[in-house]
Order: sequence, then C-alpha cells, then structure tokens
Amino acid sequence: MFEIIIYILLGVGVFFNLLAGIGLLRFPDVYTRLHAGTKCTTFGSIFLVGSVVLLGLKNWWIGDTNGSVLAIHSIVALAAILITNPTGAHAIARAAHRSGVKPIGAVVDDLKNMTVAKTMKKKSAVKKKSEAEK
Amino acid sequence: MMAFEYLIVFLALLLCSIMAMIRVIRGPTAPDRIVGLDTINTIVIVLMVVFGAAFNEVIYIDVAIVYALLSFISTLFIAKYLEGGEF
Repeated sequence: MFEIIIYILLGVGVFFNLLAGIGLLRFPDVYTRLHAGTKCTTFGSIFLVGSVVLLGLKNWWIGDTNGSVLAIHSIVALAAILITNPTGAHAIARAAHRSGVKPIGAVVDDLKNMTVAKTMKKKSAVKKKSEAEK
Repeated sequence: MMAFEYLIVFLALLLCSIMAMIRVIRGPTAPDRIVGLDTINTIVIVLMVVFGAAFNEVIYIDVAIVYALLSFISTLFIAKYLEGGEF
C-alpha cells in the first residue's frame, strides 16, 4: 500500500521535472523560460521529497530509527527549496529586465522607466541635489 | 532495496539536467544561462535527496540542505552582478 503511493509520488515528480526541461528548451523568451524552469521544478521537488518523507515514515513504522532522521532532514531540505527557489527566480527576472532584455512580442512595458541607466541618473541627481543643499 | 525504480528516477533527472545544460550552452543572452543554472541546481538538490532515500543514508540529505542554501546565495549574487549598479 505504502509502496504504491511512493511510486505514484515519484512518477508525478519526475513528470513535472521533465516538463521543466522540455519547457526550458522550447520556450522563446527569458521570462517564459524562467516560468517553466522554476515553477515546474519547485512543484516536482515537492512530490519527490514527499515520497522520500513517506518512505522514511514507513521505515520508522517498521522499526528502523534511521527512517525518522531521513524524514525530518528531508522536510528541512524541502523547506530550504521552497523558500529559496521563488526568491531566486524573482531576482533573476528583475536582473533580466534591468539589464535590458525585452519580452518577445510585448507591446506595453510598464516598467520602462526602471532601467539601470535611468535609475543611476536619478540616484546621481539626488546625490548632487543633497550636496548642493549642503 | 527498491533499486530499479530509483535507477529510472535518476536517469530521468539526469535527462532534465542535460536539457538545462543545453540551454546553458546555447542561450542567446546571459539571463538565459542563469535560468538554466538555477534549474540544474534545483534538480541536483532533489537528486541528492532521492539518493539518500535509495541508499538509506542521511548524509546525502544534509549535503542537499547546504547545497540549497549556497546555490541560493550564488544565484542572488550573479543576478545582482548582472543588474549592474551599486551593491
């Protein structure tokens, strides 16, 4: 019974990771590739680590004390993935937009005034104004 | 030991990381390469966790936790470098 659930979780996780790889190859743009490469791996890793947690709990139920350590450390690893992966994706998208990469087929760019050159200019203008006030 | 099923999982995850590696090699811009690198990092973390389950060793999972935190810091640093401006 437990092994069937573990196999189903492994299959779902591997399927989503394969979707991430295919999407990374096939999408036309940085932002869409980021969409495929980050969300799909996060969702697939939830299922893969969940299967490992279930295996550890099963081993613990049988009487192997190593299984509880396996389950708890896997949960900590899953928490690390869940916290760090969307944050990294956000940082990459922000850096891509600020370094001047435009989305393919985009008509309106709402963040047009946020490119690096203009923010640097604004910063230097603010600095000059504060120095002049002094 | 459930060896054969885990072998299939390892080969599939290896295929994913090879596809991401192709994107790293022929990405037209620098952010494309960073996206591929980030995907490879996540896949390696999951691979280490499944490795620990397959061989019933906890040390692989500890390595995965440390690898997750360090790869997060490296991704943030590369993104900050690409963005330009002041740190």
